[in-house]
Amino acid sequence: MIDFALRVPAEVATYFTWGWVSVSVPNLIVIVTMIALFVLALLLPFPRDRHDSRNDS
Amino acid sequence: MNAETAGSHETAPATTWIGRTREYLERKLPYEKLLPETQPSYVASWIYVFGVLTLGALAMIVLSGALLSLKGPAWYHVSSTGLFANSLHYWSVQLFFMFMVIHMAGKFWMAAWRGKRAKTWITGVVAFVVSIGAGLTGYVLQTNFDSQWIAFEAKDGLNASGIGAWFNVANVGQDMLIHVFLLPAVIAVIVAIHVLLVRVHGVVPPIDAAKIAEVPILQQTPQAEEAR
Repeated sequence: MIDFALRVPAEVATYFTWGWVSVSVPNLIVIVTMIALFVLALLLPFPRDRHDSRNDS
Repeated sequence: MNAETAGSHETAPATTWIGRTREYLERKLPYEKLLPETQPSYVASWIYVFGVLTLGALAMIVLSGALLSLKGPAWYHVSSTGLFANSLHYWSVQLFFMFMVIHMAGKFWMAAWRGKRAKTWITGVVAFVVSIGAGLTGYVLQTNFDSQWIAFEAKDGLNASGIGAWFNVANVGQDMLIHVFLLPAVIAVIVAIHVLLVRVHGVVPPIDAAKIAEVPILQQTPQAEEAR
């Protein structure tokens, strides 16, 4: 019972530390995903409207 | 009554504050601006999608949150369906913040406050800040060890900033009411103003395209079809 009470039912995340920068893996995943989505949003072509594609052909 | 007299109320000058408000809204936000069918060509970019993605995530947050508030913690902490709804709420929040940050970054780098759009930018920033408060109160409402740690870390920060005089983060009842009523109401009002301001001023053009911003390419109107 005491053993159960002492065990904290929450996973502690792994942290990356570079000098004063300290970031957990879950937070790093979110940050990298956001940057990737931002870059992809700028680079990926937007699908054209079907009226436009009809005229282009 | 002929057609001329029937439509006379549209041209008669307003004599009351209701009429003046109507005239102001008709001038600032005609139906063509409120519900536009066409957008300038530069809107055909993925970076312009993240605003509406943020709104979509917000809708999911509100719907799942309404379900959680109706069923209560005994449901969403225990039953499998309740846990699913709880997770839906949580992950909608994750997407909401991700989309909002990308939306804000895109608008920041295109200086979206240009062209008298300062209020649009400011309301967006205020919505972001209030959302952080909603996120904090939501994390604390998990009522687990994680929320306990967050609450007592946040308590020091809130006390240091003076907010602790009005908001005790360890008071679950106060936290619950702020999370499910006060902050959602504030966010709803701010987001509504933000979207209406976007409609009033239009979507901000890229910096290079500012001078040719009004050239419509995504035509869907019958007139545009005939012109071809």
